[in-house]
Amino acid sequence: MTVQHKEELHVVGKSVPRRDGLGHVKGTTTFYEDHQFNNLCYLKMVRSPVAHGKLNGVDFSEAEKVRGFVTYLTHKDVPNNIYTILRLIGVGPDDEPVLAVDRLRFKGEAIAAIIAESEEAANRAASLVKLDIEELEPVLDVEEALKPGAPAIADTGVNYFIYENEMDHRQVRLGDVEKAFQEADYIVESRFQSSPIEHAPTETTGCIVVPESDGRYTVYTNTQALFFSLDNAGITLNLPFEKMHFVGGTSGGGFGGKVDVITEPVTILAAMHTGRPVKFKYSRQEEMAVSSPRGAWRLYYKDGVMKDGRIIARKVTTYADSGAYNRHTPYAVTKHAANAAGPYNIPNVSIDAYCVYTNKAPSSAMRGFAVTMASWAIEQQMDKIAEVVGLDPWAIRFINAYKNGDMKPHHKIAEDATLIEVMQAAAEMTGVDLPQEYKDMSSAEVSHD
Amino acid sequence: MAAEIVSFMLNGRETVVVVNPLETLKDVLRDRLGYMATKSGCSQGGCGSCTVLVDGEPMVSCILPAKDIEGREITTLEGLTTKAGELHPIQEAFYDNFAMQCGYCTPGMIMISKALLDRTSHPTHEEIADALAGNVCRCTGYQPIFEAIEDAAHRISGHEWSGGRDIGGSKS
Repeated sequence: MTVQHKEELHVVGKSVPRRDGLGHVKGTTTFYEDHQFNNLCYLKMVRSPVAHGKLNGVDFSEAEKVRGFVTYLTHKDVPNNIYTILRLIGVGPDDEPVLAVDRLRFKGEAIAAIIAESEEAANRAASLVKLDIEELEPVLDVEEALKPGAPAIADTGVNYFIYENEMDHRQVRLGDVEKAFQEADYIVESRFQSSPIEHAPTETTGCIVVPESDGRYTVYTNTQALFFSLDNAGITLNLPFEKMHFVGGTSGGGFGGKVDVITEPVTILAAMHTGRPVKFKYSRQEEMAVSSPRGAWRLYYKDGVMKDGRIIARKVTTYADSGAYNRHTPYAVTKHAANAAGPYNIPNVSIDAYCVYTNKAPSSAMRGFAVTMASWAIEQQMDKIAEVVGLDPWAIRFINAYKNGDMKPHHKIAEDATLIEVMQAAAEMTGVDLPQEYKDMSSAEVSHD
Repeated sequence: MAAEIVSFMLNGRETVVVVNPLETLKDVLRDRLGYMATKSGCSQGGCGSCTVLVDGEPMVSCILPAKDIEGREITTLEGLTTKAGELHPIQEAFYDNFAMQCGYCTPGMIMISKALLDRTSHPTHEEIADALAGNVCRCTGYQPIFEAIEDAAHRISGHEWSGGRDIGGSKS
């Protein structure tokens, strides 16, 4: 690869008008909801009022009497009701119902879809559906969920995702942390707990599905994952992929919150059953309470540190709160496990990362998810180490920063390391005058033979 | 309650609609008249995406009963662009200052900015913050929107604007 000189670059370092900017300021950008259709039906989801329960029955008799009621859908109408989004890349087993069967695993879980002539009629009919539920004790804490005797949430009978058909968590090992702890001058321990974070896009999640006269379904959607949604919808509905035409690309805010495959399969199904265009738009309440947030994470760090600031051992145990189902968290934990020691050269590392089920709304993608929470914890830990050892927070990071050629915890040699250069640039931008030895450092050094 | 006939001016054009009781202006604009610039992020008057001007006053159209606009003048974002397709200075300033990302809050942001600049030709930072208090943007962090409004104030009054970030760009 040749690196262009700055004066030859056409975009980098320059401001280029947004491709969609004119449409945005004129109000002519077409969002999914701006497509209008005659004869449109509205879909409203009947949701679980409890965090954990047995669903013994659903009674639609009062709902059906509402003027404007068209039809309803339950799990019996969904050809392949149980799915997991990442089955497309080999993650399994399928664990989540499109519409609940006989168990309710989080408050707000979808039970049945009401389709009606107007939004008002759909809301009213949904509110009249009677649910026969036997409430069960919910499990809401990741470590409680892993204790023997905790109520099992998943059908596998255990409250953790099973890796490689046998592992209850992801493990990363380098060197011998216990031996190194014996040799360390200081031991620094911390516990971190993050909260779930909702993306809160200004445009809520939704789609409109239109049955076309050629037998295809056009799906106008604000998904961030157009083909993930198409493929998953096809598998869920036993529908050949070419029978669907997904139209997307414009999303009123996503941030990872519109990556899950949620509204499209059931709305396509509603269009199949009614033969009419159907719209399913999350209310603001649904967006905040039901759509998957950035998952909460619990992280324990134990570091062995020498008087000169070198971290010689780092033991990490973390628990991702996946909520009731997989969504993207099994993948997130794998990514997390590879990064949980941070961008530092530490010769002895032990990482245990668990993907745990609880009776909460499933968590999913959000901006660097899984790595973000590790960085959030690690950098607080680095400040704490600096305080314990009596060194400047900049110094502790330069002393431990990894360089090209260093061995990462998951046994990959570091290439393209940039932490030192990023810190040098950050210091310059914030007016911090670094000691000369740190100004002279470079990631290019190879610290090992 | 029966449907009512409501007549009003929409972007300078005489308009008559039949509306149901409690039908909102937002629904009339979008579903009955096809004016799609007005967005609906919460349908409870909390996000400002549906802001329009009613006799020059900013209002959240998602909770405004359409029957209440009888005889009033409504301005939506569609009404800011001239018939020849020229942008209003506020639209230009939003475009040039990257005061939008996903674009969903932008119609409401531009309309609230119009209401502000119509009554205050050069608002202070505090006055802009006060005006934007009911309009949610999840993408930009608001800073470019403040800059766009300051820039627009200068464009409208015919003055050069020297503020904004140095983004080494094409601002001209």
